[in-house]
Amino acid sequence: MTVLSLGKDLLGLEYLTKEQIELILDTAEPFKEVSERTIKKVPTLRGKTIVNLFFEASTRTRISFEFAEKRLSADTVNVAALGSSVQKGESLVDTARNLEAMRIDMVVMRHPSSGAAKFLAERIRSNVVNGGDGMHEHPTQGLLDMLTIRDRLGKVGGLKVCICGDILHSRVARSNVWGLLKVGADVAVCGPQSLMPGGIEELGVIVFRRIEEAIEWADVLNVLRLQLERMEAGYIPSIGEYYRVFGVTLERLERAPRELLILHPGPMNRGVEIDSRVADGPHSVILHQVTNGVAIRMAVLYLLAGGKPELAEAAKGMQEAET
Amino acid sequence: MRPVLLKGGRVIDPSQDHDGIADVLIVDGRIEALGKNLSAPDGAEVYDATAKAVAPGLVDLHVHLREPGHEDAETVATGAGAAAAGGFTAVCAMPNTDPVTDNQAAVGFIVKQGTAARAARVYPVGAISLGQEGKQLAEFGGMVAAGIVAVSDDGHPVVSSHLMRTALEYARSFGIPVAEHCEDPFLSGGGVMHEGSVSTRLGLRGVPSASEEIMVARNILLAELTGGHVHLCHISTRGSVELIRQGKARGVNVTAEATPHHFALTHVACEGYDTNAKMNPPLRELADVEAVREGLKDGTLDAIATDHAPHHYESKEREFDDAPFGVVGLETALGLGVAELVAGGYLSLPELIARMSTRPADIFHLPGGTLRRGAVADVVVFDADREWVVDPARFRSKSRNTPFAGRTLRGWVERTIVGGQTVFAAERD
Amino acid sequence: MSPSERQTLLDAPGVAGALERIVQQVVEFAGGTERLVLVGIQRRGADLAQRLAHMIAARWGTAVPLGVMDITLYRDDLQTVGPRPIVGETRLPVDLDHRCVMIVDDVLYTGRTIRAAMDQLADFGRPARIGLCVLVDRGGRELPIQADIVGTKVDAHADDMVDVLVNELDGRDAVELVKGGKT
Repeated sequence: MTVLSLGKDLLGLEYLTKEQIELILDTAEPFKEVSERTIKKVPTLRGKTIVNLFFEASTRTRISFEFAEKRLSADTVNVAALGSSVQKGESLVDTARNLEAMRIDMVVMRHPSSGAAKFLAERIRSNVVNGGDGMHEHPTQGLLDMLTIRDRLGKVGGLKVCICGDILHSRVARSNVWGLLKVGADVAVCGPQSLMPGGIEELGVIVFRRIEEAIEWADVLNVLRLQLERMEAGYIPSIGEYYRVFGVTLERLERAPRELLILHPGPMNRGVEIDSRVADGPHSVILHQVTNGVAIRMAVLYLLAGGKPELAEAAKGMQEAET
Repeated sequence: MRPVLLKGGRVIDPSQDHDGIADVLIVDGRIEALGKNLSAPDGAEVYDATAKAVAPGLVDLHVHLREPGHEDAETVATGAGAAAAGGFTAVCAMPNTDPVTDNQAAVGFIVKQGTAARAARVYPVGAISLGQEGKQLAEFGGMVAAGIVAVSDDGHPVVSSHLMRTALEYARSFGIPVAEHCEDPFLSGGGVMHEGSVSTRLGLRGVPSASEEIMVARNILLAELTGGHVHLCHISTRGSVELIRQGKARGVNVTAEATPHHFALTHVACEGYDTNAKMNPPLRELADVEAVREGLKDGTLDAIATDHAPHHYESKEREFDDAPFGVVGLETALGLGVAELVAGGYLSLPELIARMSTRPADIFHLPGGTLRRGAVADVVVFDADREWVVDPARFRSKSRNTPFAGRTLRGWVERTIVGGQTVFAAERD
Repeated sequence: MSPSERQTLLDAPGVAGALERIVQQVVEFAGGTERLVLVGIQRRGADLAQRLAHMIAARWGTAVPLGVMDITLYRDDLQTVGPRPIVGETRLPVDLDHRCVMIVDDVLYTGRTIRAAMDQLADFGRPARIGLCVLVDRGGRELPIQADIVGTKVDAHADDMVDVLVNELDGRDAVELVKGGKT
């Protein structure tokens, strides 16, 4: 039996196999239960040092990672290196060298530039988890979305999932597209053409230009947050118009031929991309996603902590022999 | 000065439609004779060019030598040395230095440094606008007097159509071309690579082909309006090639160049966020590469120019978004031309020489580009069949930013002669 | 592996007899069934714990709480041997405070599994007493841990493997010693 490994880093779902993705989802199952315990902590990563390196403001992703790390007993340090590239002062190369010199075990990084996680991973021995790089990928979000769909609908493969909104600037969209395609879901994207990246069809997704068509087609909608600065940049005329034309509203959902599951990576703009009645309604699994986020991140950290497939194989033999 | 007799080489001179085994005799820095069985004058160096190609030295209309301002990346001397090593006998240095080459004194400095380099000839290109700010015309007259051969705001497009019109009109008085970097900066919108399936997958901001084509079309229309000579730099898209083809068919005074990287690479080279593949204009799609090659074949694109853009190692060693645009090109251009265009069946070797020497010298009115009797003795001798692997560590250039490391090229420069003086000779092995 | 190297320590009736003795001792250890909680270690310990629970229900008429534990996350060797591919379920059905928890496992060997199990139990509550029962004690302890109740004992060499087979997973009940089975 060959034992699956994630390798050294988690940079994106594009680079994982179906089996690796399923391994992470399966590994997340027992970690859900850990978070339900009175003492929500296991000693698995005791003595490991993890740096949460955030070059972009993020509350929920950082907190979710931090909970995951602490529940695995890792020592964590948060570094908020905010600011524009000009103000950064220290280059990412120097940051990497410094982290390496401090002998840390893992880095969770969020960065405004696509490819930054890969850049870091190639320059340090520590494990790197991509917590979102520019418009490229946000793999743990893609994984927790899939886990939530699987929890609710029993499977992911074979389902029709449509990602709605600002696909152009969205790393969540890209991680969802890769992850969902790999596990065998049918994937579509829907949004204004001005927020649709060129050549997206070449990734193997269907493109819907109208939200009504997406709702008619899909089993699951993953509704992306619309960054309000897109309006200032001239991609859309106004928030109001966006809501009227592309908003996921109760009225639109009521016309759907089947019950839809509604995901949203948060934080939501109520009355912009999503109707409050939908966000708080029975279709919505948004809080379930948040819960699953911690379990997925625990699973990823756990699987990367060993990271050596040959050792995992040996460990399996020992466990069998011992118990 | 010691005469030189290049004996028995395949002499290729597109200016005289010559392609055959012959000797070339250089006396007093000029071409004395081209013919069979020439005898060496007393004291001449006789160079056995058997199985080698002998051609007019290559002429690069578009290089960035970084001096003054960024001598850590390149200087006029190292750039001219790299040019000589690449078989170039003349290069045109773009004015986006720091400070900008936008006045007579600044031009004089480049000329002086170029002369001192004793390598390839260095011809300055002056800025179109003061500080390349796109507002006020620079003093073309003064700069021409100091030695510029063209004007350009390269690195930046001239956004104002009015200013571009004025520049084209005003340049006519001096008989110099206006070289333009064609890009609509609003449409490029901070893009860092070609807009297409690869940028979508990598999550990088894309530059659509139309960003270049809009300005190509505008510049052709303005050249038509003014009768001025517009030279369009580093053409990268199939749409641009077609627009230029149509413009030339209408008799517009437009010339154009393409770079080796745009005929040799596609946007796929950006995979893995390789900052050495980050350049402006960006690497495009296969159909664009094909169109550029066809454009070079049918003459729509007049010249191959390197857009040699050296950058210090540290400045490319960073996130793709933050890395500077540009690639070094002087020492790989001939090898790429032979490997991709000649071996690839697009151009004959004489056609390649025409695109890299005769035609560029012609459109910027430079000496060289020919082996006619009496012309300056700017000559390259190269082995057109020899394959070699690109090793950036061996570059003469101060910088190493190339996406071609490890690639096998064909066409090995043996000797570069400028004004009768050998400025580069390959190490014997 | 040839059959000659495989030696039966307990056959199916032997396993049944051992479990009979064990269940009696478990109830005695806990002073009755009232405060008893059985916790099986994944995977075969969980099956054995379930058997004991059935036997208690049949004999004493009490449904004792039955839990399962996967101790993977409490192991001390993640750093050296890497992660297990899949972490099993941990489910403890009742509050453990003031209970008598009987840990059930198939083989007791180095004691490291039991160390991890006790660490994990401590994170779930404060039992009045924790006991350990195993079907086989094969010796070779690396920690000062002993079982309170043992089905059978064997002095196995470090190279040997002690194989516990249960009907639920393996289709038959047996305890077998495989000489040189660990290499």
